[in-house]
Amino acid sequence: MRIVLTIVGKDRVGIIARVSNLLAEHNINILNINQNIMDGFFNMVLIANMQNADVQLDKVKAAFNALGEELGVDIRVQSEDIFTAMHRI
Amino acid sequence: MFEIKDVLETNRMITENNLDVRTITMGISLRDCAHPDIKVTAQKIYDKITKKAENLVKVGQELETELGVPIINKRVSVTPIAIVGESCEAQSFVPLAKALDDAGKTVGVDFVGGFSALVDKGYTNGDRRLIASIPEALAETQIVCSSVSVGSTKCGINMDAVAEMGRIVKQTADLTADRDAIGCAKLVIFCNAVQDNPFMAGAFHGVTEPESVINVGVSGPGVVKHALEAVRGADVGTVAETIKKTAFKITRVGQLVAQEAARRLNTQFGIIDLSLAPTPAVGDSVAHILEEIGLESTGGPGTTAALAMLNDAVKKGGLMASSYVGGLSGAFIPVSEDAGMIAAVERGSLTLEKLEAMTCVCSVGLDMIAVPGDITAQTISAIIADEAAIGMINNKTTAVRLVPVPGKNVGDRVEFGGLLGYAPIIGVSKFKPDAFIARGGRIPAPVRSLTN
Repeated sequence: MRIVLTIVGKDRVGIIARVSNLLAEHNINILNINQNIMDGFFNMVLIANMQNADVQLDKVKAAFNALGEELGVDIRVQSEDIFTAMHRI
Repeated sequence: MFEIKDVLETNRMITENNLDVRTITMGISLRDCAHPDIKVTAQKIYDKITKKAENLVKVGQELETELGVPIINKRVSVTPIAIVGESCEAQSFVPLAKALDDAGKTVGVDFVGGFSALVDKGYTNGDRRLIASIPEALAETQIVCSSVSVGSTKCGINMDAVAEMGRIVKQTADLTADRDAIGCAKLVIFCNAVQDNPFMAGAFHGVTEPESVINVGVSGPGVVKHALEAVRGADVGTVAETIKKTAFKITRVGQLVAQEAARRLNTQFGIIDLSLAPTPAVGDSVAHILEEIGLESTGGPGTTAALAMLNDAVKKGGLMASSYVGGLSGAFIPVSEDAGMIAAVERGSLTLEKLEAMTCVCSVGLDMIAVPGDITAQTISAIIADEAAIGMINNKTTAVRLVPVPGKNVGDRVEFGGLLGYAPIIGVSKFKPDAFIARGGRIPAPVRSLTN
């Protein structure tokens, strides 16, 4: 399954580093990163492949919720399918 | 790959504008549960629902986690119980309602629909017993919903059933008087009833349906309202186009959920119901969409035109987004379940008569309207007849879900809780229809039924 991580919040040093590390720890491969800063706010959309991951999606979500709280940003983890359904015909 | 703005748009719809999938409803045929002994019938019903819908709630929760979109309700709809119970020797069908209630609670669904009878043209013996059992069945169960179809464009209107349903609504209110007549919130009277509707209280698994099926109802009035905020002052063509595009996106999510749910439950995907279904939550109101279009308060002049455009644009956007569209599909206008409707009644702009006009162009009918407890059965019947006539002549589904609250009057307010919300009591005409209702008989099918 391919997942989409959406990270939104106040910019700070090390967001991408921490997120990438957590993904690597669970053997989740990053396919694409799209990131910018708008009005001082950090926005990132990251697409990753969970095919060889060592945990299920609910555990990944819980881990990123905790990381999001620590970094003061909002991190959502969703299956890619919902975005494909809504934005691709 | 996706643009950041696309991903953020989807997530904003979910987190800020209350985009949700209102319900995954599993339709289950109970036609093979008939038996002369009602205890056996009840057991067969319980066994079949608990087997077929065993994983419904679990699959719903899995999809919610994976997609990040709330799936508010999981429900079951069944073959009209009048048909299933027809062969029973028992006079009361209340034990069958209890079997539905128990089975629904065991599998963890929010509602079970289908304590129903279809009497458009007349009664069978099973229909009579089912209808007579409705007040007690709704008083003694928590999650069972009941519906009775009293007419259609093809059959005309069964005025004997219309008269009886006025009395049944009153009895249901009396039996649940200690809970503000909550039984009536679970009872709907239809004209042109739909066989694959996933929404309550009117969901049942029609006789044309397969063994089991997944129907999904989407929602999202808040998303439409937000989209319209960006086109303030533009002409109505732009408004319609914006609603259409938004409905398309909302429906795509419903289609995804329906297909996945059907696959994982190893059953057939039935339909997507493209309804804008409000909730009492702030920012989830159909009335607020009408006000965003330019009305000072819903119910004022212009409301019917704005609602007609909204209802039509929702259908046009949604039908391109799904392979199978069905159910009721349009904008719902329940009063107690919509914060904007409640405010409009309290402001004095929305009356029962204006609601009736709105039902000519919305997806269903007079829905979740609290009326004074001293309303007569005949007046309720006459309101049902009016609503059924609108449905019959316009070839559309109409319905009545009135809640006469014992001991309460105009100016009072009633709390139903949860998705059912709360409502101010609305005034009803004092002029009597008694002699008309006492006539009974059947209104013949209209000219437009002769289409062959």
